[in-house]
Amino acid sequence: MLRKIRISIAAVMIIMATALFLDISGFVHLYLGWVAKIQFLPALLALNVGVLAVLVVLTFLFGRVYCSVICPLGIMQDVFAWFGKKNKKNRYSFSPEKKWLRYTILALFCLCLIIGVPLVVTILDPYSSFGMIVTSLFQPLVVLANNGLAAIESHYESYLFYDRELWLKGLMPIIVSVLTLIVLAILAWRNGRTYCNTICPVGTILSFFARFSIFRIRIDEQKCIGCNLCARNCKAAAIDVKNHTIDYSRCVDCFDCIDKCKHDAINFTHQLSRPQSQEVPQTDESRRSFLLGSALAISAAAIAQTQKKVDGGLAVIEDKQEPTRQTPVLPVNSLSQRNLARHCTACQLCVSKCPYNVLRPSNDLANIMQPKMSFERGYCRPECTRCGDVCPTGAIMPFKQEEKASIHVGHAVWIEQNCLPVADGVECGNCARHCPVGAIQMIQHPTDPTSGKIPIVDASVCIGCGACENLCPARPFSAIYVEGYEQQIID
Amino acid sequence: MATSAVAMSCSKVENQQQTEDIIDGIGAMTMRQNPNTGDKVSILGFGMMRLPVLAGGTARENPDSPIDQDMVNLQVDYALEHGVNYFDTSPAYCQGKSEQSTGIALLRHPRNTYYIATKLSNFNPATWSLKSSQEMFENSLRELRTDYVDYLLMHGTGMGSENLNGMDTFYARYVNNGLLDWLVEQKKAGRIRNLGFSYHGDVAVFDLLLKWHDEGRYHWDFAQIELNYLDWHYANEINARNTDADYLYDELNKRSIPAVIMEPLLGGRLANVPVDIAAKMKQREPQSSPARWAFRFAGTPQGVLTVLSGMTYMEHIKDNVQTYSPLRPVTADENAFLMDIANDIYALNAVPCTACNYCMPCPYGLNIPAIFSYYNNCINSGKMPTTDKSDPNYSAARKRFLIAYDRAVPRLRQSAHCIGCNQCAVHCPQRIDIPKQMRRIDDFVEHLKRN
Repeated sequence: MLRKIRISIAAVMIIMATALFLDISGFVHLYLGWVAKIQFLPALLALNVGVLAVLVVLTFLFGRVYCSVICPLGIMQDVFAWFGKKNKKNRYSFSPEKKWLRYTILALFCLCLIIGVPLVVTILDPYSSFGMIVTSLFQPLVVLANNGLAAIESHYESYLFYDRELWLKGLMPIIVSVLTLIVLAILAWRNGRTYCNTICPVGTILSFFARFSIFRIRIDEQKCIGCNLCARNCKAAAIDVKNHTIDYSRCVDCFDCIDKCKHDAINFTHQLSRPQSQEVPQTDESRRSFLLGSALAISAAAIAQTQKKVDGGLAVIEDKQEPTRQTPVLPVNSLSQRNLARHCTACQLCVSKCPYNVLRPSNDLANIMQPKMSFERGYCRPECTRCGDVCPTGAIMPFKQEEKASIHVGHAVWIEQNCLPVADGVECGNCARHCPVGAIQMIQHPTDPTSGKIPIVDASVCIGCGACENLCPARPFSAIYVEGYEQQIID
Repeated sequence: MATSAVAMSCSKVENQQQTEDIIDGIGAMTMRQNPNTGDKVSILGFGMMRLPVLAGGTARENPDSPIDQDMVNLQVDYALEHGVNYFDTSPAYCQGKSEQSTGIALLRHPRNTYYIATKLSNFNPATWSLKSSQEMFENSLRELRTDYVDYLLMHGTGMGSENLNGMDTFYARYVNNGLLDWLVEQKKAGRIRNLGFSYHGDVAVFDLLLKWHDEGRYHWDFAQIELNYLDWHYANEINARNTDADYLYDELNKRSIPAVIMEPLLGGRLANVPVDIAAKMKQREPQSSPARWAFRFAGTPQGVLTVLSGMTYMEHIKDNVQTYSPLRPVTADENAFLMDIANDIYALNAVPCTACNYCMPCPYGLNIPAIFSYYNNCINSGKMPTTDKSDPNYSAARKRFLIAYDRAVPRLRQSAHCIGCNQCAVHCPQRIDIPKQMRRIDDFVEHLKRN
């Protein structure tokens, strides 16, 4: 019964978490955004005391139920493990806790968190691994399906779906996701929750509390016949039948053992007693850690126009390209590069929810896979507050629409040789016309009489929203683009 | 609201009669006589500017698709069978393919059964030289498979070009290069039967041409003007740079210069009137389309020689043939009704675009006619969101407008990308201030997005 309850709750949770990341309509986060915010590490980073308190109390009461019903990566591993069990029944066996490995990794994790090495934090956090996998690998499929449906249904005069731009937002998260998925799949298929009990820092932290849990799995020594069925099905390899003890630091409360026992000898009960665990020498899996590195480069510019003919025809529009910025533009209200490095777990939730294709994962080593902004596909519109709404870790602090005009994430810089008034002598002014804060003015060119009016930017007013960069007609490189700030300025 | 130009009908059809008594299309095509040459011209003229293409629609929507010649042949056959004998084309129409298609279709009929009208369409400064223009004329004769043109027009007098105003452009295209004089010679040689001009734009050019006519310096056998029940009194109100049609018609009529009418439907806009206006029209005559009203109005003045209609689809031809077989002139009462309708349409503040596509291609990629068409459609179908956020319908109307905008026009071709270079406005026959309209639409969209 307990197992069935666990499975039901876990199923609902992973469906909701998946839906949250896959959603392209922009509505799901309003109802399911809380799923990200109750995850342990995000709550820790956001100093969400309420959530942390609830999770700690929960673990004190019941043990590591979090790992079975809340953590989506844990639930995902249970799915792989299920397949593994179908392949070979009763395949697990007890193994002792690898204390040294768990604590070393936890220490490393905490160190990286404090000094700001995002890569390690990103890879080790289970929630962000899950988010990255779903966003990078599966959301593009959702967009493809959506576009297919949009194409089909228009034949039936239905317009429920409409075409969305399909683009792969970053190579790095795809690579990391694939590797993570492969490693987890293999480990979970073979051995159940190996990752959760050796690598996962959240698991290690929760294990401290779980050792003292009030409700716990207990073996009734009178009824136990020593058949070992429970231990052979324990994903956490935590049941030592010989000594009738269970390692509570590793038990994830999946209740498979209770279901398996035919003699009602193992149960989830409350009784105050001291935690036990014994060492039995046995070999375990060795782990790999992920090593990655890559860098990309961009090159030089040109502008294009079409000859006018008679009546009709559409000009060809070249794609805009991302300029090389000296300082990347960070998401609105992410405060600073340091804040982002220390709080963002690169879960890709903001990237997957940005409605204007502005946020994408960074390739800079210092902020690897964390979000940055670029404006070749859209710009950060003044009324949108979505990234702040969804971020569960407080890397992007929530903000109101009225506050957005006071948050300066960068300022616009003019490139004379790309500018159409200078190059072609036409009058433009599209940047000035669309600046939401009125930071751009068009003036006579100081030295060139053949040039049309050129823009000047008031950097103290400019908020770096990228409207100018996006709407500048110069292609493939804008004549005006945003340079980011390492430390954002908030008026 | 009666003007001298609207002829009083002596037909027995009065609108006090029962509507069952009104049956159109059971007679013969009304013919008008050219007072100078005695030509009997059908009141319905076939405009060859919007020929159907194989991919569907016209060459405007699908510039690379070839003209559906079989369909054109069918349509021309039907038209001739039903009394239409005036065919108006130009080297510029249908991405340059119109004359050839017209020639092929007409070749299948005896030359003396139809009148061909074509134009000296030397809009591109590259063709302003006498030699290039002469080549254009000779090419027209070749394409149309004929050695004389019944009606030859100077195309679009009054329209400006890239750097010149309407008057200077006219001089550059026709006077300074001696082209006009050469055309007069061609007329003497019998290769042009009637010499005239079409007018759009700067009224000073129109007035000048008529002054030359009065002085005897040149003689115009006919002139082509834009006339419809909206432009009759409102052309100047809608766009201060344009001229009311009643003035244009009067000036021609008092000199007995026959008027050929273009834009009777304002590029189709008067065929797709807003729902409530269409309802009013249907209330008076349930079996008459809004287009019929517009055509009847355009054909009523006695000084009108023919009314040109660019009929892409067979249904258009059939409806128009019915309207004009015979023409039921508009009565004084009906005229007042149409002036009220014009007032309603004017009050909508739509963009007066006729989707002629002369502004295209925009060098920065905008799809100008699609943007205007979308905007106008929203106005006409009553689906325009207000700017009043407290309106209970606001949220739904706003969402629908913004999503439908993205479907109608790809994001990169929307009004936000207009830089105001003004290369388009100079080509607009309606003299719409295109960048200003783009800005107006963009401001509206931006306002919706932020609220």
